[in-house]
Amino acid sequence: MLEQTGIPTAEDIARVTPSAARRRRGPVAVVECFQKIPCNPCFTACKTGAYKPFADINDLPQIDHEACNGCGICVSHCPGLAIFIVDESGADTDVVRIPYEFLPLPRPGERVIALDRAGEAVGEATVIRVQNAPALDKTNVVWLSVPKGMGMTVRNMKVRR
Amino acid sequence: MVRTEIAVVGGGPAGLSAALAAARQGAQVTIFDQNDRLGGQLIKQTHRFFGSEKERAGTRGINIADQLIAEIQSCPNVRVELAATVLGRYDDGVLTYERDDCVEKCLPQAVVVASGASERMLPFPNNDLPGVYGAGAVQTLMNVHGVKPGERVVMVGAGNIGLIVSYQLLQAGVEVAAIVEAAPRIGGYLVHAAKVRRAGVPILTRHTVVAAEGSDSVEAVVIAQVGPDWKPIPGTERRIACDILCLAVGLSPLTELFWQAGCCMAYIPELGGHVPLRNERLETTVGGLFVAGDAAGVEEASSAMVEGRIAGLAAAAKLGYDRDVDALIAECQADLSALRAGPVGEKIRSGLAKLAQAQPA
Repeated sequence: MLEQTGIPTAEDIARVTPSAARRRRGPVAVVECFQKIPCNPCFTACKTGAYKPFADINDLPQIDHEACNGCGICVSHCPGLAIFIVDESGADTDVVRIPYEFLPLPRPGERVIALDRAGEAVGEATVIRVQNAPALDKTNVVWLSVPKGMGMTVRNMKVRR
Repeated sequence: MVRTEIAVVGGGPAGLSAALAAARQGAQVTIFDQNDRLGGQLIKQTHRFFGSEKERAGTRGINIADQLIAEIQSCPNVRVELAATVLGRYDDGVLTYERDDCVEKCLPQAVVVASGASERMLPFPNNDLPGVYGAGAVQTLMNVHGVKPGERVVMVGAGNIGLIVSYQLLQAGVEVAAIVEAAPRIGGYLVHAAKVRRAGVPILTRHTVVAAEGSDSVEAVVIAQVGPDWKPIPGTERRIACDILCLAVGLSPLTELFWQAGCCMAYIPELGGHVPLRNERLETTVGGLFVAGDAAGVEEASSAMVEGRIAGLAAAAKLGYDRDVDALIAECQADLSALRAGPVGEKIRSGLAKLAQAQPA
């Protein structure tokens, strides 16, 4: 259980996973937030209105995956670092954009170790892009190219230096 | 003797919010803080805060501190006394404080005490070895002073502080060997737990620390499983090599000033220990003495800021600066209720309900 291990279960993840068809169309936000806590910056940050307004600030975020355009603004605004952008539109690779607050930051083109939600290495990833503009306030967003099918598994990375 | 209209004791999120609210109502305010800078615990909290936009959700604690301090500095009727430790509040209303090895006096017309909380200790053999730290101390060392506390940590406690400080230890390049939690469940926010789990840190629930080991400093920690009676189960001991043992086992409100001033107090475990009785405007049983923040009950920075506002507004109103005060306080009460409404607010709600039943002695 998530409350004992800190790792979301397959059932938890299934509840927030966008449909396969939506994931194949292009980037979309996966909001891995499973506990009712007083928090709503995802809703406040979103520019497309994809997040529904919170009736109670303790509610879980409700996102409309069809209205979401995968822009990724919410990724760096979430205090829990619980939002990821997944893009399964590629033929041979998936792209996962993760919030990353560690040094050293990887460089585009660098090969890194891909980790799953348990911190286990599940292969390698190629860094495509690193977003670290001042507006992100040091929650960098790293774009990882991972093998096809790994888009809903890879959630962290380790630099190899 | 310094005279002021409202003295605020403690320049953390609650105290700064109280000072701002009172000053904006027109009162003359003096903030006393024992540290060299304002901000309280915010100055080492590099992570983003929760809550709503009103409580600056999504902003890092360190930046919230900067914002509040900038707002204070733009108020001409707020004076700040740093490195000033308030010692007592006497029946004639005089506050004594220590600064530069001298005892000074201040006469305020009302006081808001926002003295915060302090870390608890856990008894176990060798808990006095160098290398055994409170998690807050490790956070100050790393985030304020840029000092790496060691190479490999075992963290005791999976509440928010244990989880957040573990994450910040990883950011500082320290290995976190394990987080050990005696309860069957993780007590902190599960998003904090998920962050450290996907960095490879094991969280061992139903485990506790049995002893620290080392000759001159911590070299290893012995942990064991605990049974339903919270006692270590013999035969389940395991040794983990490390050079830091970090304790994040809860906070207790710092309430010496309330005891000394003669406030009626109650012991409420859900609020962290002894807290002063107070009305819904946060005035204690000593007239003109208000409480706000962790000193009123260990909670969060977001609620500390809202409580500070209530106490500041109420103190200012008591002196006649009462423009719109009922509406402003009602809005704050609604914000507090919203913050506390969810499942994670259950403990606070139940503690406050118990407190409401407590009778003054």
